[in-house]
Amino acid sequence: MALRDELGPYFGEFGGRFVPESLIAALDELAAAYETTKLDPSFAAELTHLHKTYTGRPSIITDVPRFAQHAGGARIILKREDLNHTGSHKINNVLGQALLAKRLGKKRVIAETGAGQHGVATATAAALFGLECVVYMGEVDTERQALNVARMRLLGAEVIPVTNGSRTLKDAINEALRDWVTNVDTTHYLLGTVAGPHPFPVMVRDFHKIIGEEARAQVLELTGRLPDAVAACVGGGSNAIGIFHAFLDDPSVALYGFEAAGRGIDTPEHAATLTLGRPGVLHGARSYMLQDSDGQTMESHSISAGLDYPGVGPEHSWLKDLGRATYRPVTDVEAMDALRLLSRTEGIIPAIETAHGLAGALELGKELGPEAIILVNLSGRGDKDMQTAAEYFGILDGAVK
Amino acid sequence: MTSLVETGIDTAKVKTGGALIGYLPLGFPTVDASVEAAITIARNGCDVLELGLPYSDPVMDGLVIQRATTVALENGFRISDAFSALEQITADVETPTLVMTYWNPVLAYGVEKFAQQLKAAGGAGLITPDLIPDEAKLWFDASNEYDLDRVFLAAPSSSKDRLQRAIEVSRGFVYAVSTMGITGTRSDVDTAALGLVERLRALGADHVGVGLGISTPAQVSEVLSYADGAIVGSALVQALAAGGVEALAQKALELASGKPLQRS
Repeated sequence: MALRDELGPYFGEFGGRFVPESLIAALDELAAAYETTKLDPSFAAELTHLHKTYTGRPSIITDVPRFAQHAGGARIILKREDLNHTGSHKINNVLGQALLAKRLGKKRVIAETGAGQHGVATATAAALFGLECVVYMGEVDTERQALNVARMRLLGAEVIPVTNGSRTLKDAINEALRDWVTNVDTTHYLLGTVAGPHPFPVMVRDFHKIIGEEARAQVLELTGRLPDAVAACVGGGSNAIGIFHAFLDDPSVALYGFEAAGRGIDTPEHAATLTLGRPGVLHGARSYMLQDSDGQTMESHSISAGLDYPGVGPEHSWLKDLGRATYRPVTDVEAMDALRLLSRTEGIIPAIETAHGLAGALELGKELGPEAIILVNLSGRGDKDMQTAAEYFGILDGAVK
Repeated sequence: MTSLVETGIDTAKVKTGGALIGYLPLGFPTVDASVEAAITIARNGCDVLELGLPYSDPVMDGLVIQRATTVALENGFRISDAFSALEQITADVETPTLVMTYWNPVLAYGVEKFAQQLKAAGGAGLITPDLIPDEAKLWFDASNEYDLDRVFLAAPSSSKDRLQRAIEVSRGFVYAVSTMGITGTRSDVDTAALGLVERLRALGADHVGVGLGISTPAQVSEVLSYADGAIVGSALVQALAAGGVEALAQKALELASGKPLQRS
């Protein structure tokens, strides 16, 4: 069977549904509705129309030769998901799930968010479809992503800061799950990544696989061949699986996921789940995760709120164990250097999450040599990170670091 | 196989018309104090104990229990502490004692090793809120090997097939979730509980406990008019947190006064 055809609920020994019984009926309903709508031409037509007239798809690809000079001269091509409406790849999944929620007759959507990109995308879709929207966000993240909090509120969403646990993405998911258990009759949980119980990992992947499908055709048209490597950052793993998926069964294309090493994988402050984690159960699925010997989830650390997550989607765990994809850690410093480099060489300011993939591509280029073509998913734009970046580089007037 | 919990519930039904099942977290406020607290409720009207293993991501728990288990973890609670606490509790009281745990700590510890040590410490079995029968193969094997009870959840939204499966695989009782929600005290126990218990009975369930939202003697009384056990958690945890073991003993007695038959 082609790797692309894996439909869950399991990816090898990963995935499944480790959730309270109260959620099973809703998950069954969602899985069945998704199976039906997937085959319904009117659903596909509606989503395609929205992507064309609202998201701005297809997103373009951009050659970045000045940036690539720092990557051993390899050719680097960016898939510009940052140019989508709301500024990241997240809108692909959100529009798909919001359409599905409407078909399920749900009037309310809830979401978790780390960096705020998924929260903003969800609030946007809720505004577009007239749905009530509640976004759970760790208190730490509401502080470092204040601008995105304001965007969500302007769009009419209620943002609830989560004050328990590590007060980041992990705890926002816990709180969203508690809300969903309580309000499952009226509410769709619009999960923002390829993690969680089945059918979320497959469904979210399917809504994002358009990234790789477009990019594969675009790179073929531009260069006459497939890329040698595809690179993306990995937190939960949605943008990575989105761009990987179309290439899973192209053996000549190497796949690289870059996860957050925070202050370094030799320190306790990292989010390198696939590099240093062990398989376990978190947020409804079996996958690699950061845990202590008692199975307690460990707190992750990253300068990037969107990668600050101690788990990862089960399909990535499967691809890692199969050896089909390679996952490497990238530190805060390496990511921020890449962020500044792309800004100054190409006039494109990437999100800090995305910068991890760019930093990885710089190293890959040196390894693969000047003949190589590397496709990088430029998953989001950096506007939301200006506060963090300005403080990091000490370039904010009146706030010299 | 003999089920310690079924025996405990049956005895309580004969004596008092139903079982009061009391939940407290292990390690709260300290491991030693949690041993004392568990013994206290066992001596003050609880017929079955349900002791929670503190976990970093308790998605089925409301704020009261989250706060308590967070304290336990901050105090350095380890799984090994659960077994030593259980040993002390079961040496002191004969009340059948279940451990309520999310699945990852068991997986990380090793399912077989966890079962073996649970048995050795006198534990009766496990309640597993985020483990559905579909994913429970390892736990079926280990609980069979060590003759442990296994309590699965049934929800108002569960299909007939799923209820049937929960009844087949559960030993001890089936945990009927009274409402669509998480733990915490509520002013009235959802009418969904009655409907769910009726559905479970129609499918042949002979031991059903109802939980989530029960916090008063009147609610205990109401639930025990149709179910075999009433499960109380947050109300006990609140009493312990606010007033220590004395307040806890009082709360347990007060809740037990809701049992249909009162001993003289």
